[in-house]
Amino acid sequence: MTENSEQDYQFRHKNIFGIEQLSVADISHILATARSFREISGRPIKKVPTLRGKTIVNLFFEPSTRTRLSFEIAAKRMSADTFNIAASTSSATKGETLVDTAKNIEAMSPDVIIVRHSSSGAPQLLAKHINAAVINAGDGAHEHPSQGLLDMMTVMEHKGHLAGLKIAIVGDIAHSRVAISDIIGFTKMGANVSVAGPQTFMPSHISLLGAKVCSSVKEAVSGADVVMALRIQLERQNDSLIPSLREYSQFFGINRKLLELAKEDVIVMHPGPVNRGVELSPDVADGGKSVILDQVANGVAVRMALLYLVLGGNKGGDGQGEIR
Amino acid sequence: MNGIIQLKNGRIIDPTQKRDEIADLWIENGIIVNPPKTPATAIEVHDVKGCWVVPGLIDLHVHLREPGEEYKETIETGCRAAAAGGFTAVACMPNTKPVNDNGAITRFILEKAASCAARVYPVGAISQESNGEKLAAHGEMKAAGAVALTDDGRPVLDSRLMRRAMEYASSHEMLIMSHAEEVSLSRGGCMHEGEISTRLGLRGIPAAAESIMVYREIALAELTGARVHISHVSSEQSLALIRNAKARGVKVTAETAPHYFTLTERAVLGYNTHAKMSPPLRTEKDLQAIRTALRDGTLDAIATDHAPHSILQKEVEFNLAANGIVGLETSLPLGLALVREGVIGADRLIELMSCAPAAILGVAGGTLRVGGTADVTVIDPQKRFTFSTEKTFSLSKNSPFDGWDLQGKAVLTILAGRITYCDI
Ligand SMILES: [Zn+2]
Repeated sequence: MTENSEQDYQFRHKNIFGIEQLSVADISHILATARSFREISGRPIKKVPTLRGKTIVNLFFEPSTRTRLSFEIAAKRMSADTFNIAASTSSATKGETLVDTAKNIEAMSPDVIIVRHSSSGAPQLLAKHINAAVINAGDGAHEHPSQGLLDMMTVMEHKGHLAGLKIAIVGDIAHSRVAISDIIGFTKMGANVSVAGPQTFMPSHISLLGAKVCSSVKEAVSGADVVMALRIQLERQNDSLIPSLREYSQFFGINRKLLELAKEDVIVMHPGPVNRGVELSPDVADGGKSVILDQVANGVAVRMALLYLVLGGNKGGDGQGEIR
Repeated sequence: MNGIIQLKNGRIIDPTQKRDEIADLWIENGIIVNPPKTPATAIEVHDVKGCWVVPGLIDLHVHLREPGEEYKETIETGCRAAAAGGFTAVACMPNTKPVNDNGAITRFILEKAASCAARVYPVGAISQESNGEKLAAHGEMKAAGAVALTDDGRPVLDSRLMRRAMEYASSHEMLIMSHAEEVSLSRGGCMHEGEISTRLGLRGIPAAAESIMVYREIALAELTGARVHISHVSSEQSLALIRNAKARGVKVTAETAPHYFTLTERAVLGYNTHAKMSPPLRTEKDLQAIRTALRDGTLDAIATDHAPHSILQKEVEFNLAANGIVGLETSLPLGLALVREGVIGADRLIELMSCAPAAILGVAGGTLRVGGTADVTVIDPQKRFTFSTEKTFSLSKNSPFDGWDLQGKAVLTILAGRITYCDI
């Protein structure tokens, strides 16, 4: 990017539905903004007035303590007022639709709605019916953009760049919105993404998203700069997707021996929470190559950046910038 | 329907008589007649120069929602939409509430339809309540006026029951229509399984869910000697099976719907619930295979699968939205596009939309022969219009073609000599 285009750059997204909608410039800008916000979390008084008077609603149709808490902390560090609404998708069966819920919440005039929903596309549907900005906090098996961005931020922090890196993603790709956001995001930024796992976990046509499908975990991990393991939903064994967790860990789990095939300075990531002994052997999950806790810390910074930017924050914000 | 109607200077297309010529068509007291020897007076004359005059279109596969869901469509509104689309007859699927699985419901439908703008041919259920467990009263429904049998909306899962249905229906000389879907493969899916479903994070339905069941129906038709009709075929693989079966002499016919030769899975992008249907929209390759099959005779008919749903079932999360679209008023324009693009000829389109449906159902119509009932459609193949769901006759607005600029439409629909729709 030239000096000029950096100056001309403006973040133009009101809603964040997925990484797919973001350009390379958008992603770079979000990550730069997040880096500048990260310092706030290290201060003795972890609060800036940037979003004072703004109302942010966490609308979670699926329980997710981690993501909800991360967004809530991000909002509070910027002095916004936050409200948590735990809704149930089963209200639809009682006659209240998602659109009804949206209209009710809109009547409270929020500025941002952060939504988590088990249906892919639910944030888009919501956005059609409300004026507030909508941030997708995970929809069905579609995307989880803030997680994708925090993963990119974490890799940047450890490797200094993204282009040219080999990223291995191992596990349940088909049911993972994190995997989709990561594949789209990392490939967009010039990294090479390899995916591996049992074929029951591979969505059809995943290679069209830019990922290389490996026939074995060994192949994916060999020479990797980053190894990311995905969480296995324990109930997948009942759906005949894997025979047992034990078999999964034997053939697709990441252990120390497997990591020897990767680059010397490989980092190990996981969107959490980890099933220790299944996706990652305990010594890897808690070992020196694991950056899982950095991911959590970066999650707050990325979410601060997203809130700031969808509310029209100035470019390269320092946390004190004017909000339009 | 007393009186004489003269349709002047139209292009008369009637594949049953291998007729394609500029001429006048005369209708007297609801019957197609020869031109009178002495010039008649007191006649209704329509100059239809530049238009096609064809046997009234017949739709093999519509959902009229009455009884039970009259807020989506009634027999009356559905028939008005049919007339506006150039149809003089429709076959209505039995998945009403209650299901049309007995003579009383069949009679109710026919009574309601008696004064409507199109003929209605009720199709009865294969099994009681269409739940796939016990045979419904095929003979009783036939006696009441049902023309065929299907559990449409859902497949008959039990292969043994389907075998029995084919055997029993044959003894009443009734056609079995099949909604071919292997639900253990499609369950939970909401669109075609492929690139777009992966991108959108939606659970996919593989094309194999359809073709496996298509093959079962073919195998059972071969076993029982019954005649079977495959509804709304969407995939290349199903077509290959049907083509092969026909070559072996199996008594199988098949239909597709306009959306399968017009749209692909890409129409779902943006989580467009108006592009959600069962079977789902598939790939460009499937679309091209369907066009080929319409040309080479593997597909016998075009049906709409007109499936009205209110906004309540469509303005929801994609995976929760109802399947289906309304199609009576867009079917002909979309079919005419195939003629313009050179995929099929005008005569073949009329065969697909009128003659073949009449033959498959074994009902009158589908011809302009002198002495036959005057069910006639006049088509202006040039007329351009913007399709708007706001202006349709259907009670429901669920169409992916809303706002499309279309070319060609029915301008005059005549049912037994009575004009049911006029846009000249
Ligand atoms: Zn069907």
